[in-house]
Amino acid sequence: MYDMENQDQLLNDITSQEYQYGFITDIDTDVIPKGLNEEVIRLISFKKKEPEFMLEFRLNAYRHWLKMKTPEWAHLKIPPIDFQETIYYAAPRTSPKYQNLDEVDPELLETFKKLGIPIEEQKHLAGVAVDVVMDSVSVTTTFKKVLAEKGIIFCSFSDALTEHPDLVRKYLGTSVPTTDNFFAALNSAVFSDGSFCYIPKGVRCPMELSTYFRINTAGTGQFERTLIIADDDSYVSYLEGCTAPKRDENQLHAAVVEIIAHDRAEVKYSTVQNWYPGDKNGLGGIYNFVTKRGICRGVSSKISWTQVETGSAITWKYPSCVLIGDNSVGEFNSVALTNHHQQADTGTKMIHIGKNTKSTIVSKGISAGKSDNSYRGLVKVMPGAINSRNYSQCDSLLLGSTCGAHTFPYIEVGNKSSIVEHEATTSKIGEDQIFYCNQRGISTEDAIGMIVNGYAREVLNKLPMEFAVEAQKLLAISLEGSVG
Amino acid sequence: MSIIHDKIAPADQLVSLFEKSREILNRGSSPILNRMREVSIKRFAQTGIPGFKNEDYKYTNLKPAFEKSYSQELVRESGLINLNEVYSRNIPELDAHLVFIVNGWFYSGNKPGSELPNGVVFGSLEQIANDRPELLQNYLNRQAGLSDDPFVTLNTAFTKDGFFIYIPKGVIVEKPIQIINLLSSDENLSVTQRNMVIAEPGSRIKLVICDQTLSPASFITNSVSEIFAGEDTLVDVYTIQNLNNQSTAISSAFYKLQRNSIVTTGAISLHGGMIRNNLKITFSGDHSEANVNGISFTDQKQHVDNFTVIEHASPNCLSNQIYKNILDDESTGAFAGRIHVARDAQQTNAFQRNNNVLLSDKARMQTKPQLIIDADDVKCSHGATVGQIDKDALFFLRSRGIGEKEARMMLMNAFAHEVIQKISIQSLRDRIDELIEKRLNGEITRGHI
Repeated sequence: MYDMENQDQLLNDITSQEYQYGFITDIDTDVIPKGLNEEVIRLISFKKKEPEFMLEFRLNAYRHWLKMKTPEWAHLKIPPIDFQETIYYAAPRTSPKYQNLDEVDPELLETFKKLGIPIEEQKHLAGVAVDVVMDSVSVTTTFKKVLAEKGIIFCSFSDALTEHPDLVRKYLGTSVPTTDNFFAALNSAVFSDGSFCYIPKGVRCPMELSTYFRINTAGTGQFERTLIIADDDSYVSYLEGCTAPKRDENQLHAAVVEIIAHDRAEVKYSTVQNWYPGDKNGLGGIYNFVTKRGICRGVSSKISWTQVETGSAITWKYPSCVLIGDNSVGEFNSVALTNHHQQADTGTKMIHIGKNTKSTIVSKGISAGKSDNSYRGLVKVMPGAINSRNYSQCDSLLLGSTCGAHTFPYIEVGNKSSIVEHEATTSKIGEDQIFYCNQRGISTEDAIGMIVNGYAREVLNKLPMEFAVEAQKLLAISLEGSVG
Repeated sequence: MSIIHDKIAPADQLVSLFEKSREILNRGSSPILNRMREVSIKRFAQTGIPGFKNEDYKYTNLKPAFEKSYSQELVRESGLINLNEVYSRNIPELDAHLVFIVNGWFYSGNKPGSELPNGVVFGSLEQIANDRPELLQNYLNRQAGLSDDPFVTLNTAFTKDGFFIYIPKGVIVEKPIQIINLLSSDENLSVTQRNMVIAEPGSRIKLVICDQTLSPASFITNSVSEIFAGEDTLVDVYTIQNLNNQSTAISSAFYKLQRNSIVTTGAISLHGGMIRNNLKITFSGDHSEANVNGISFTDQKQHVDNFTVIEHASPNCLSNQIYKNILDDESTGAFAGRIHVARDAQQTNAFQRNNNVLLSDKARMQTKPQLIIDADDVKCSHGATVGQIDKDALFFLRSRGIGEKEARMMLMNAFAHEVIQKISIQSLRDRIDELIEKRLNGEITRGHI
């Protein structure tokens, strides 16, 4: 029989689940003094031996950033951040280049082992090329050779700057301009590294490209920048995962991801975000303030965002699609789980500019503990975007009476031939559902786990295999031993 | 009459108009009205008139409307209306207690009290506040005073008159009360109106409020209504807006629901240059219910914005909202609906829907439904759609020999009917169906006949 007290106990247990990836890797790190000014930016640019236009780009962004204010419109309580207390550059000194994995610092390899995604295993099993970014500098890039044969460029941002400066110059900042928002401007000014990916015309990337981010050094901010360009008729699936060790202070993560899709190109971008969420009293944790935007520039192009957000103390993230090309398609699939004192304000923007453009939004929020989980999205159909179509569905699931689930959609339609639909529901797990499972000999714990997994399945199914397994594990970590 | 001068920022003008006319405003008014003025004008001075950067007014910019110059009737003027002309606004077969309000002033020719049940107090707010302040002193500005909306504070500062209804315990007012708000002036006019409804436990009341312009001048109306629904009450309030294209109407209605009460509202906007309807429902007792509905028709450059806030502060309450818009030409529509479920308001059911039909490529619709849920044992949902008339449905009708125009009309009528059928007064429902058909055929004149 379903029993209320028991469930309360189980829900309490969620709160007691601690972060499982909290370990600190002892790697010699090259850091610069904390604080931010033009000198620091020049220093970062100098250390990275960047071309002149990059320094200009950074300084312009910095000067604009000085005039901006932190955004306060989200349904979040963001404690004031002292941007002078953050270290803006920290690179593992053991970097950067290895021919094979044996040369890599064993400590580092151990880190990834603990993460459950050992590079060598991935190499063998999954055929995933991984560009590992630890504290913002690409440590190793696998499968580079195989990709190079196809003409695919997949490397760290710094390498791209030295090897393909023209491509970087042509596309950098076209999707997310330096002036876009406070955190994008900050990122543009100080980003230390990231990934760069270019898929040439007509090439279908034979494997899933993957980047793993990890914040290691205390007091550092992670500002990586990802730029993905899919030329005509190309296809790429890109995976991104994030973790950080346990620390008492809050760390800032302000990344920018830019995607440009040309004619008939398709880009699939998947994220599993598991930054340290802070302990159960809300102490510490990552501030995840990320700007992600894809531009469907070409006709019939497609960009899809899939995200599983389980970490971070505060998440402020709106992966968006600008559908410029006629017949282009944008997709957003998200599972966001908040627990303890976590706060998430996440969602998407779909801007329909071209004709016959289509977008789909599926957002599943799960709130537990004392957390707050918000969906915030904009669907904008410009007058010229005739025959456009959008469908949005935002569901929230509440586990426990002290959490909050909120929905803030904005819909703006500017012509008569487009159809926009939005649906949102908020509910808790039905007692009848649990009773049904109990009747069939399934414990309340397993029942809640099953229901939550079923609830998120629609999105998890969109993830590539390797990630789907990891994402399911992540959801389970938050719920296992407590409710599922 | 005082003229609002141009060239100074509209908000400053209003503040200085207040300073200049303080004496006139206070004269003849009850002290319970007068003592709210100073605080309110100070609050208004701090905020000014909200622009599109104000999140709540993102889709409705009222600044341009306030930049025109308007007169204000700060004292009651008489002999303005020709009742014969006005009776055409009456709803045939609606057997109602009929009263008129002219330019915000309760019309002195009204004799509403005679046939109402014993104990019901109905009349001019100004007069009742003077004669029987004890009736309203515990209610006046208790809801509106909590609002940060600049138009509410502005209203409170300039309030002179409006209607007041008090229904004693257990009294059932069978016949609906119909209030016709008339706007009539040769020059541009700014109108402030304040209304109150107090329904004591166990009472029942139905209100039909018609807003109508009688002349082509520019009107700017700012009305605030506070409705208190006591325990076990049934309160229905329907508004029908038919205003000329030059007019701007801002109305704010606050409903407070006690235990077991049921409130039903319907906002029907047929015409109006710019209409902004704010509606706030606060559930302050459990097992109460609110049905909140609205439909608007816009064409040319008209704009209608419905902004609702449903505050579920008590457990076991139900709210149901349906808002629809049919937009033609270059008209624009906006809907914002916020449902807030407080931490302890368990077992809440809150539903909201917003459906819109765009008939023209230049029409725009902006919708912003919001759910803010802080309790877990709830069922809440919202849905919003923007689309056109269903091609398949149109084809179905046409294939059965119905002409395109008629088929479209049938479908739009059907679309609107979902809202209309929520109206509990049969004769009013029929009348509105008829009005909507006329409206869609372009047979209703814009706010003045």
